[in-house]
Amino acid sequence: MPMNDRVAYYPGCSLEGLAVEYDVSTRAVCRALGLSLVELNDWNCCGSSPASLYDPMLSATLAGRNLLLAQEARLDTVMTPCPGCLKALKGAIKTRDAHPQALAQALGRPLSERVHAVSVLQLLYEKVGPGALAQAVRRSFDGLPVVPYYGCLLTRPQAVAGFDDPENPVSMDRLLEAVGCAVADFPFKTECCGATSAMTRSDIVVRLSGRLLDMARRLGARAIIVACPLCQQNLDLRQAQAEKAMGTRFGIPVFYLTQVIGWAVGLPAQDLGLDKLIVPGKGVLPDPEPTEPSES
Amino acid sequence: MRIGVFVCRCGTNIAGTVDTQAVAARALASPDVVYATELLYTCSEPGQQEIQNAVLSHRLQGVVVAACSPRMHELTFRRAVEKAGLNRYMLEMANIREHVSWIGQDKAANTEKAVELVRMAVAKVRRNEPLFGSQVPLTKRVMVIGGGVAGIQAALDCADAGLDVVLVEREPTIGGKMAKLDKTFPTIDCSSCILGPKMVDVAQNENITLHTATEVESLSGTIGNFTVTLRKKAVYVDWDACTGCGLCMEKCPSKKHPDGFNEGLATAPAIRIPFPQAIPKKAHIERSACRYFTTGKCRVCQKICPVGAVRFDMEDRQVVENVGAVIVATGYDLFDPAAYGEYGAGRYPDVITGMQFERILSASGPFGGHIRRPSDGREPRDIVFVACVGSRDKSVGRPYCSGVCCMVIAKQAILARDHLPEARCYVFYMDIRAPGKNYDEFVRRAVEEYGVQYIRGRVGKIYPKGDRLVVQGADTLLGAQVEVEADLVVLATGVEPSRGARELAEKLHISADTHGFFMEGHPKLKPVETNTAGIYLAGACQGPKDIPASVAQGSAAAAKVLALFARDSMTTDPQTAHVAEKVCIGCGKCLTVCPFGAIQWKTLRDGTKKAQVLETVCQGCGLCNATCPPKAVQLRHFTDDQILAELEALCA
Amino acid sequence: MKNGQNLLRIQEHHDPAFVQRVEQQSAQKVSQCYQCGNCTASCAFTGDYDFPVNQIMRLIQLGCKETVLGSRAIWLCGQCQACTVRCPCTIDVARVMATLRSMALESGFVADKNLRRFSDEFLRSVSLFGRVFEAGLLAAYKFRSGSVLSDLELAPVLLKKGKLRFVPHAIEGRREVAALVKRFFDAP
Repeated sequence: MPMNDRVAYYPGCSLEGLAVEYDVSTRAVCRALGLSLVELNDWNCCGSSPASLYDPMLSATLAGRNLLLAQEARLDTVMTPCPGCLKALKGAIKTRDAHPQALAQALGRPLSERVHAVSVLQLLYEKVGPGALAQAVRRSFDGLPVVPYYGCLLTRPQAVAGFDDPENPVSMDRLLEAVGCAVADFPFKTECCGATSAMTRSDIVVRLSGRLLDMARRLGARAIIVACPLCQQNLDLRQAQAEKAMGTRFGIPVFYLTQVIGWAVGLPAQDLGLDKLIVPGKGVLPDPEPTEPSES
Repeated sequence: MRIGVFVCRCGTNIAGTVDTQAVAARALASPDVVYATELLYTCSEPGQQEIQNAVLSHRLQGVVVAACSPRMHELTFRRAVEKAGLNRYMLEMANIREHVSWIGQDKAANTEKAVELVRMAVAKVRRNEPLFGSQVPLTKRVMVIGGGVAGIQAALDCADAGLDVVLVEREPTIGGKMAKLDKTFPTIDCSSCILGPKMVDVAQNENITLHTATEVESLSGTIGNFTVTLRKKAVYVDWDACTGCGLCMEKCPSKKHPDGFNEGLATAPAIRIPFPQAIPKKAHIERSACRYFTTGKCRVCQKICPVGAVRFDMEDRQVVENVGAVIVATGYDLFDPAAYGEYGAGRYPDVITGMQFERILSASGPFGGHIRRPSDGREPRDIVFVACVGSRDKSVGRPYCSGVCCMVIAKQAILARDHLPEARCYVFYMDIRAPGKNYDEFVRRAVEEYGVQYIRGRVGKIYPKGDRLVVQGADTLLGAQVEVEADLVVLATGVEPSRGARELAEKLHISADTHGFFMEGHPKLKPVETNTAGIYLAGACQGPKDIPASVAQGSAAAAKVLALFARDSMTTDPQTAHVAEKVCIGCGKCLTVCPFGAIQWKTLRDGTKKAQVLETVCQGCGLCNATCPPKAVQLRHFTDDQILAELEALCA
Repeated sequence: MKNGQNLLRIQEHHDPAFVQRVEQQSAQKVSQCYQCGNCTASCAFTGDYDFPVNQIMRLIQLGCKETVLGSRAIWLCGQCQACTVRCPCTIDVARVMATLRSMALESGFVADKNLRRFSDEFLRSVSLFGRVFEAGLLAAYKFRSGSVLSDLELAPVLLKKGKLRFVPHAIEGRREVAALVKRFFDAP
C-alpha cells in the first residue's frame, strides 16, 4: 500500500503508561530517519479485547473514531506501534467495507476508503528499508546475538495483516541485521507470549513467556527484540516470575525494535527510554559513545 | 420432406417435469412432421426398434429425437436410423433433459421450452444433408508419452501385440518415480527388481523405438493420423557410441552439484548415468554443473572416454513421428512442503519429504541404504511421519486426497523398524486410506507387529530443540495437544500433476481439471480415454493412484489402441469444414484462426490462392466458418443455413 | 468428555438454533471442520482448557449449547490466531471462539468472572477518560476480583521505573467516547 511521507500516529493507551519507552523511541527513530509522524489529535482508546467482547460494532466504533481523526487531518496512513490497537483499527476498516452504513451511523459520519493502518515495523521496513537503515548506522551492534520476536498478531492471520509471513516473517530480522545484530533462527517468532491473560491469569503468561525465554537462551541470544507492548511487558516485567516458576536465571533484556534501531543510528539513551527496562540492558548494548555525532 | 419426432419420457427423468405427450402432439404442427410419438426409454432396444419401424412404415426421411444430451446417445440413434436405411446425419436431437427437465420443476414452462427445442430441431433436420465420411488408412503406430510404469506397461502391451511403439520420455532414462522407490507396498517387493525387467524389455523389444531426454513439441492431425514433432535434447554424449562404462563419472572433477535423483541429499558429477539400472544406460551432461560449459575449461570426460563418445557440440534436434494414437502417461510430481512454514521443510535439514526418505532407505541411495540424519549422519532413534502434507488441504489449494501416502507411510515405518530395530516410529494421521487388496492388513501389521505408534491428529508445528526436533501435534482421540521429540521427521507430501502438464494438455488438445490432472472421457465409464479421439490416458497423470492401478490403466489404454487398430482403415468424421472455392476471396483469416492448422493455401491454375481444408486434420470446431467474411467456409452439418433455420424457428 | 458425561443422546442435545446463531455471528461454517486437530495442536492456551478447541468445534457441530457456552475454554482463549492461521479448512477458529464468548456473556454464562470484571473496568475507564487509565484500572480490577496480593511484588519495580502514571489523561472528546460506549455497554 502506498504510504505518504506524513503519517498519522496513533500511540494507543499502553504507550502512555506501561510502554512509554516504546512511544518515546518510536517518535525519536521516525524523526531521525526522516519520517514525519503527526499524532492524532485527541485520540481515544481503541477498545482492545473488552470492546469486542460486548459487540464487534463497539470495537469498530471506538477504533473508527480515530480513523476519522486521521481522515479529518487529511492523512491516509495511520501508524500504531501496538499490534492490539492495529487489530482494532483494521477491524474497523473491515467493518467499514462490510457495513458502511451501520458504521457511518454509529460514528456520525462516513469513513473514507482511503484510510488504512500499519504497524511501526511495516512502516520502517517499507518506507525506510534495511538498505537505507544500514547506511544510517552510527553504532553497529557488531554481531550481538539476538532473537526477533514478532508476537502473534503482527503478521497473523495473513488476510488481516497483509504483511510479511505468518509463520516465518523476516522483516524484523532484516532490519536487525542491517544494524549489525546476529539474528538467530528463532522458531518461536510468532508464538504467543500469553497476551492479555497477563491480568487475569498471570500463570499462563509465565508459562508461555518462560518458554520463549528458554528458547532464546538455548539459541545463545543476549537480547530479545519485540514490537508489541504486551510482549515486552510479559517478557520483561514478568521475567522474574518466569525465573521463579522455572527455577532458573535468564537475565535477557527485552528491547523494543525502535530502541535498538534508535541506538544504532546514534540517538542518546534518554531519547530511547532505555532506563525503563526492568531486566537491565546495560552490558548488552554496545559502547554508549556513537562513532559520529548523532543527528537531531 | 417427411420427418418423424420421437419424444422420450426417460422413465420419470424427463416425464416428471415435462409433458412429453403434449410435446409430441404439438410437434405435428410443424410442416413436414408426419409422425410424432412419445416413448418410455428411447435408447432401449424396443425404443430403437420403434424408431426403425416408424422410419420404414412412414417412409421418414428425417428423424428428431427429443431426449437426453447428444453426448449420451447421439451415436446410438445415428446407428439406429442408419440400420433403418437413412443416412446417419439425417438425425437431430433436442436436449430436453439436461437443458430442460433437469433444470426446474415448472412443468408448464418446461413443456413450452421443449416444444420450442423440438421445433428448432425439426427446422434443422429439414436442412440436413446426407454426409459420408471417407476411408483413410490408419497409421498403425502408437506414441506413448511418459516412461514411468504406466507408460512402460502400455508400450509393452502394444508392442507385444505387434504394434510399432514410440516411447517418449523427457528424463534421460525411463523408470519414472517407481525407479526411485526402495520397496513397494504391500508386498515389500524391491521396486527396481520388479520394474527393472520391464525396463529391459522396453529396451530390447524390437517394436519399441525409445526416445529419452526428449519432449513433445507439437501435435497435429486427427485420430488414426497424428503428426508429432519431438525435441530430442542435447545430452552431449553420442549414445550410439557410449557403452555405459562409467569412467567419465569417476573422473569428472565437478562433483558438488546436487543430485535430483537422490532428491538433493547427495551430489553427482556433471557427467552422469542417472542410476545403475538406467535404461538406456548412457551418460549425459548436466550443463549447469559442467565446468566446460560454465567456465570453458576441463573436458576431462572427453579425453578419458575410451570410445570418444563425448560431444560438446551436440545440439537439440527435432524428430517427426507419424502415429495413429497417443497414450499419455506423464505421471506426477510431489508437493513442495515449503508452503508449510510451520514445519520448517527447507530450513531444518532433518525435516525431509517421503521421497527423500525413500532414497535414504534405498541401497543405491545417498547413505548406501543406512538410515541416517541428513544433518549429522547419526542414526535416528525417534522418527515421526506426518501425513497429509499438501493433501486434503484447501488452504494450500490441494483439497483432494493423494490416495497413496497412508500406505507409503506404513511401508516406510515398517522398513525403518526393520533397518533400525531400536528405533521408535510415530505417525500423525487424520484418516487411514487403505482400500486395496491386503492394504488394510498391511497398516495393521505396522501397528501390531512393528509397534508403530499411530496418533490421530494433525501436526501444528515442528521446531528444533538442541540437535533434535519437537513435533507439536494433537491427539484428537484423547482431546489433547501432544509433543513428540524426534531425530528425523518425514513429511508425506501430496501428489500433483507432473511439471508442465497444462502446457502438454494444450499441445495435445486435451483437457485438464482445476488441479492440472488430465480429464478422462467419463469419470466412471471412460477412465483411460479423453474427449479427444485417439488420445488416451494411463497412470497418475489422470489422478493420484498407486502402482497396480497405474499398470492396469497402462494395459487398458493399450487395449483401447489395439481395438482402434483392429481395422486397417477408419471412417473419417464428415462433420468438417469445406471451402466453396468460388466464394472464397483468399483473405486468409480462416488459416490464421484455425487452432489445429487444418487449413492451407491452394493455388489455382490462374495463380489465385484459395483456402483449402485438410479434412483429416479438421476437428469441426467451426471457428473458420464464424470468421470467414463472405462465408465461403461452411462447417458441414452446422452450416449457416442450418443454424439460422433453427434461430428462425425459435424466433417465429 | 468429562466424567459422567460419556453418554450423549445426540438428538436430545442438538440445538439447531444455536448452531445457526454461531455460524451467522461468526460468519463461519462449522460443517467444514473435519476435526483434524490442527487448531488444538497449535493452541498456545490449550493447557488450561476444559475442552481443547477442536472439541469445542465438535460440540458446536453437535449443537451442545450449554456445554459450549458454559465452558472455561472460551474465556481463556488469547485470540493469538494460531488456530485460524493453520486450519486446513480455512475456518476462522479464533473468530468462532470470540463469538462464543460474546454469546456466553449475553446468555449469562460467565465461566471466568475475573475476565468479565476486567473487561467491565476497562470499558468504565474508557467511558470516564476516553483512554484507559492503567493505574486506575489495575487498582479497580484487583479490588473487585479480590486479587490484591497477586503481582504485588511488581509494584515497587513499576513505581521505581516510573511506569505507572497516577494522573489520568482525560481527553477532550471523552463525552463523545462515553456516548459511543454507552450504546453497547452499561457500566455496572
